[in-house]
Amino acid sequence: MANITTTREGAGGTLTARALREGFYAGVVSLGLFFLFVGLETTQNIRNELVLNQRWGLLAVFVLVAAVGRFLTVAYIRPWFAARKAAAAARAGTARPEGFLKRNFVVLAVVALIVYPILAVAIFGVQGSLKWVDNFGIQILIYVMLAWGLNIVVGLAGLLDLGYVAFYAVGAYSYALLSQYFGFSFWLLLPLAGILAAFWGVILGFPVLRLKGDYLAIVTLAFGEIIRLVLINWTDVTKGTFGISGIPKASVFGIWSFDVGAPNNFAKVFELPMSSAYYKIFLFYLVLALALLTAYVTVRLRRMPVGRAWEALREDEIACRSLGINTVTTKLTAFATGAMFGGFAGSFFAVRQGFVSPESFVFLESAIILSIVVLGGMGSLVGIAVAAVLMIGGTELLREMQFLKQVFGADFTPELYRMLIFGLAMVIVMVWKPRGFVGSREPTAFLKERKTVSGSFTKEGHG
Amino acid sequence: MAPEMNTMKNDPILKVEHLSMRFGGLMAINDFSFEAQRGEITALIGPNGAGKTTVFNCVTGFYKPTMGMISMTQKSGKTFLLERMADFEITKDARVARTFQNIRLFTGLTVLENLLVAQHNTLMRASGYTFLGLFGLPAYKKAEAESIELARHWLEKADLTDRADDPAGDLPYGAQRRLEIARAMCTEPEFLCLDEPAAGLNPRESLALNTLLTGIRRETGTSILLIEHDMSVVMEISDHVVVLEYGQKISDGTPDHVKNDPKVIAAYLGVEDEEVEEVIEEIEEIEEEGKH
Repeated sequence: MANITTTREGAGGTLTARALREGFYAGVVSLGLFFLFVGLETTQNIRNELVLNQRWGLLAVFVLVAAVGRFLTVAYIRPWFAARKAAAAARAGTARPEGFLKRNFVVLAVVALIVYPILAVAIFGVQGSLKWVDNFGIQILIYVMLAWGLNIVVGLAGLLDLGYVAFYAVGAYSYALLSQYFGFSFWLLLPLAGILAAFWGVILGFPVLRLKGDYLAIVTLAFGEIIRLVLINWTDVTKGTFGISGIPKASVFGIWSFDVGAPNNFAKVFELPMSSAYYKIFLFYLVLALALLTAYVTVRLRRMPVGRAWEALREDEIACRSLGINTVTTKLTAFATGAMFGGFAGSFFAVRQGFVSPESFVFLESAIILSIVVLGGMGSLVGIAVAAVLMIGGTELLREMQFLKQVFGADFTPELYRMLIFGLAMVIVMVWKPRGFVGSREPTAFLKERKTVSGSFTKEGHG
Repeated sequence: MAPEMNTMKNDPILKVEHLSMRFGGLMAINDFSFEAQRGEITALIGPNGAGKTTVFNCVTGFYKPTMGMISMTQKSGKTFLLERMADFEITKDARVARTFQNIRLFTGLTVLENLLVAQHNTLMRASGYTFLGLFGLPAYKKAEAESIELARHWLEKADLTDRADDPAGDLPYGAQRRLEIARAMCTEPEFLCLDEPAAGLNPRESLALNTLLTGIRRETGTSILLIEHDMSVVMEISDHVVVLEYGQKISDGTPDHVKNDPKVIAAYLGVEDEEVEEVIEEIEEIEEEGKH
C-alpha cells in the first residue's frame, strides 16, 4: 500500500502530462469523427431546398466530453482503480468480515420494498405516488418475477429458452378469456393460469427434449412466435390484434373491491377520497407477494433433489443419466415450473392492464427477460433482481430525463434511445463481469462451512 | 480357446452372451461372451481400439447392442435384461453404476453436492416427489441427513473429507477420479463399472486407487468390472481378466493365466499371425526352464 502511493506521487508530474496529452489526442480524434456527423446537419426547408445547419455548440460539447473524459480516466480513475486492486490484493490474505449491509441485504431489500408504497404516498401524496408505485414498482417487480421464473429454466437447468414470453401470454390470456367468458374471479384464475402455463411448458418440453444449445433456442423461439400468431389469428376467441379489453379488476380476496360503483369499494369503506392509487398499491403488494413466492419456491427447490438434478443437468447430462436420473422428467419439471411462474406473472399483467393484446408478447420481451437473467448472473436471485431494477428502472428513468432536451435539442426523445442504452449497458457489464453481477453460486448443502463456488467452475449448460 | 476360468463358485452377477455391436460397416464387437462373478473384480483389457469401452457402453445402456443378451442377476435373485433398459433405469433399478474414461463430474457443484446428486432417486422418494418436501416435512429432513451421512462415509473412503465443500472442478486429477468412484458408490450399486480408473494417475495415486477398490469389494461386496491399461492395477487387484482384441475375446481366466497366454502377448506386442506359433514355442521353452 505504502510503496504504491510513493510511486504515484513520484510519477505525478509525468502522469498529468501524459493525461493532458492523451486528452488532447482524444479531442482531436473526436473532432475528426464528429465534425461531419454532429457539426453539420442538412434539412429541407419549406421550398424543398437543402439547407446546411451548423451545430458548432453541440460539436464542442462532444469534443469536450471526449477530451475531458480521457484526461480524467488517465489522470485519476485508472490510478484509483489500480490502488483499489492493490489494496484488495493485500487484503485478500486476511478474511474480511462482510459488512452489515451485505450480510442482511435480502432482509433489508424486502423491508424496503414493503415500506416503498407508504413512503411514496407520504412524499408525493396519494395521486403523486401513482407514477412511483405503478411505473417503477409494479413494472420492475413483474420483470423480477418473470426473470426469476426463467432463471429456473436457463440459470438452473441450463436450457436456453428464447420463447419464455409465450407462457406469459398463456397466463395473461387464460385470465382474460376465462374471466370474460365464465366470470371467474382473479383468485381462482391465478392458480389456474399457472397450471395452464405449466401444461404448455410440458407441451413445449416434449418435442425439444432431444435438442441442445442453438437448436433448442431456435425451437423455443419458434414456439413463442406460434403462440403469438395463434393469438393474432384466432379472432373468434381472442379478438385478434384488437385484444381483449375490460378485464375485471382483482379484489382483496373478495372483501373489498376496486370497482368504482361497487358498494364494498375500498375507498368508500375506509372513507378515503376516490383515487386509482389504492388499486395500484394493492397490485404492488400482490406482485411483491407473487415475486417473493417465486423466490421462496426457487430457494426451496434448489435444496431438494429435483433442484440439484436441474443444476447437475446443466453441468453434465450424461453423468446425470449414469447416476440414474431420468433426464426427461427432470427437463420437463424445469420447463413446467418456469412456465408456471410465467403464467402467474401473465395473469397479474392482465389484471393490472385491464387489457391484453398480442402486441405485449413479442420476441423483444423474451429477449429482455433473458438479458436480465444473463446480466444478473445465471442462477442468482439477488443478481437478477438487481439487474431487473437497473434495466427496467433505468429505461423508465429515461422518460424522466427531459433536461436532456436542453443538450440535444427539442426533438430529442430520450426513451427512444432505451434499446441503445440497454445494449451498451449489456456490453459494458459483460466486459466488466462476464458472469453477470453475481457470478458465483451458493452451494445447497455443506459439511463444514459454506463456501461460494466461483463462476469459473460452473457451466452455462448446453442443453 | 483358453480354458474357462476356474473359480470355485459359479454365481455370475453379469452374463454377456453373443454380444455384437455394429457401427455402420464397422463391427466393433463380434460375438463376445463373458461372465463376471459376484463379489469379484473382473478386468477387461485389450489394446487401444479393441472395443472395451463399447462393451462398457452396451452394459451400462449408453449403446443399444446390435445383437446379444446382457443379463444381470441381483443378490435377491432378480434378473434384469440390461440391453432392454434405458441407461438411467440400469442405474436406478438394476443397480449398475459406472464412471467415465474422461472424468464427468459436476464441476460447478461442490464435492458433497456431487455425492448428493447421486442419491437422487432415494431422496426423490423421501421428498414425496418434491411435493411433500416443499413444505419441509420431517421425513425429508431425516432422509437428507442420512444421505449426507452416506456421502460422508464415501468421502472418508476416498480421502476427500477435507475438500467436501470445494467445487469438484477445483480438485486435482487423482482426487477427481476418486470422487467419481465415490459418487458412483453413492448410488448404492451391486455392480460397479469403472472405465480406466487409473488413467493419468501417478504411482502413488494408483496405489490409493487399489486400496479404494479392494476396500469397496471387501466392505460392500460390490462386484467390479474395470477397463484398464495400467497392468500394475489389473494384475494386483483383479480376480479374473478378459482380453479383447478387434472386438473378439482372445483370452479369459486368472491374471496369471492371461499373463502367459501367447495370444495376449502377441496382441500386445503386435506379432504377425505366422509368428504366433514361434512365440508359443518360446514361452513353452521358458516355462520348462522355469520348472527345472
